[in-house]
Amino acid sequence: MNAPLIQTRNLKKYFHTARGPLHAVDDIDITIKKGETLGMVGESGCGKSTFGRLLLRLIEPTGGKVLYKGENILDYGQRKMKDLRKEMQIIFQDPFSSLNPRMTVSEIIAEPIKVTGMIKKGNDLLERVFELMSIVGLAERFVNTYPHELDGGRRQRIGVARALALNPEFIVCDEPVSALDVSIQAQILNLMMDLQDSMGLTYLFITHDLSVVKHISNNIAVMYLGQCVELAPTEKLFENPSHPYTRALLASIPVPSLKNRKKLEVIQGEVTSPINPKPGCRFATRCPSVMPECLEPGLELKEIRPGHFVSCALYH
Amino acid sequence: MTEKLLEIKDLHVMYRTDDDEIFALNGVNLSVEKGRTIGLVGETGAGKTTTALSIMRLLPDKVGIIRRGEIYLEGRNLGSLTESDMRLLRGNDVSMIFQDPMTSLNPIHTVGDQIGEVVKLHYPDLKAESVEVKVDEMMEMVGIPAERKIEYPHQFSGGMKQRIVIAIALACNPKLLLADEPTTALDVTIQAQVLKMMNELKEKFHTSMILITHDLGVVAQICDSVAIMYAGEIIEHGTVEDVFEGERHHPYTIGLFGSIPDMTKKTDRLNPIEGLMPDPSTVPPGCRFVDRCPHRMDVCSTVSPEIIIRDTHQIKCHLFSKSGEALRSTDKNHERGAAS
Repeated sequence: MNAPLIQTRNLKKYFHTARGPLHAVDDIDITIKKGETLGMVGESGCGKSTFGRLLLRLIEPTGGKVLYKGENILDYGQRKMKDLRKEMQIIFQDPFSSLNPRMTVSEIIAEPIKVTGMIKKGNDLLERVFELMSIVGLAERFVNTYPHELDGGRRQRIGVARALALNPEFIVCDEPVSALDVSIQAQILNLMMDLQDSMGLTYLFITHDLSVVKHISNNIAVMYLGQCVELAPTEKLFENPSHPYTRALLASIPVPSLKNRKKLEVIQGEVTSPINPKPGCRFATRCPSVMPECLEPGLELKEIRPGHFVSCALYH
Repeated sequence: MTEKLLEIKDLHVMYRTDDDEIFALNGVNLSVEKGRTIGLVGETGAGKTTTALSIMRLLPDKVGIIRRGEIYLEGRNLGSLTESDMRLLRGNDVSMIFQDPMTSLNPIHTVGDQIGEVVKLHYPDLKAESVEVKVDEMMEMVGIPAERKIEYPHQFSGGMKQRIVIAIALACNPKLLLADEPTTALDVTIQAQVLKMMNELKEKFHTSMILITHDLGVVAQICDSVAIMYAGEIIEHGTVEDVFEGERHHPYTIGLFGSIPDMTKKTDRLNPIEGLMPDPSTVPPGCRFVDRCPHRMDVCSTVSPEIIIRDTHQIKCHLFSKSGEALRSTDKNHERGAAS
């Protein structure tokens, strides 16, 4: 049951820019076990979406390995990759721009099935579309509507149905609820957790919202400027946030209660450029507990408690 | 009793397009006291931004129509002002911060010029040097070095752009600031910086503020009172203590709190509100929330609920009228369970 489904080894992606290589994803090692969810948290530009796309080989990495069921998918040829894509799907952030406005709901959901030739007969195909619609809680009457006629929550349900169409094992969820209102967000999160239970899905759940990720994940990876700074089981991370950035991130969230009012803790400064980063810790410029050692290279994730990894000079 | 700065009375606004009429606000009553911050909370389409645009008289021309109701600023009826009076009032007495800092600034003018423009417009006699002094002062106030005033918006990050938008809004020391989702487009650590700054500025200048947001966490951090909007109506209104810690709530408020993943507790499922906001092109009799309400009664779909007031706390729901009171007490335990 809990065999690793997908793993990365030293996964890197550098984009070429006029000012030098942009380190979008820098040496990421993670493991997601079958049926579990890894939450990936970080602010804009930390490389979390790039990482999700690398896992699916939607973009080619600069270096490292992506192991799916123990095999490096970067060695796969086109045909093998096409077969594999049935097992790996993605749900995008913006349900307004990720659906083709000229296709009806049934065409959108049926498209992956047609492309792969999984079901050939028209009637069976329509039956499958209705089945998927009922799985994600879309009423049958919407089958011939266009995305613009539907609200954000229903559109995101179409995105989920499309991702489920080929019975995948692994789904990258790239900020699937951040464009939705909070009451609708809760409906979609509940749906995704139910689907995981009933279909044994494995998720990489990318988000900037720590409260969402706490709710849905088994493990959490905190990203900062292309690097994973802390990796731990969800409960351990929240009980004992150890990297100064994780602590700052947690302290910045406005909590809907009056208990800690007006005590928002603030870290100064902003994210530095990921182009040609200096050696040493990338958070050093904003870190409240910065030390001279922080500027030296060679910082790696270190296991400070069983299962709890932190990349910080405080623990070296 | 503090002095009322702004008073909105029974405001009805609709948007008229070629083939549709959208009833965006259906009887909004709201007042803002001097130096206080009120949070206007609700989901997309609840009428939060329409309320702000009505105060600024910036509803889209010929499309957005105030059907009924008045807005008073320090006793002056804003509806009776001429357009040129209104122009003087905007920026000087009331100013507004929009949601998206990326699109609120003009990309072909330096940020210093954009801050200076407001000052020049409202103080035409001011010498150029004094305008520059004011610009420097505003930049420093929002935490950006004044040397950077010669730079263009694209040279700043999102958080800094929003600080500049705030500097423009506060340049003439307005009495009322309308902030429409000022931190929604920002990352959390940057949001925390901006919220902290807004808190400090508010205390320094005693500016009253209407903060429009969908984030109850932001409200808890910086507001004195809260109005919760649903389908063009304010359905609950009170101090933050009333709304966050009080016992009695509108069922929609309970649903809204239940939908937020709680950071401090381990829960397996969220308690979302089933269904969607009603179609705004009709105004049926009765409560607008009736189709999604777990406590609906027969009366809810036929009679619009009155506003029940207890001290500072107002709730627009039949559960709290005399006939609903009995029912509420039997339901209360269940209700609190759902909220936690």
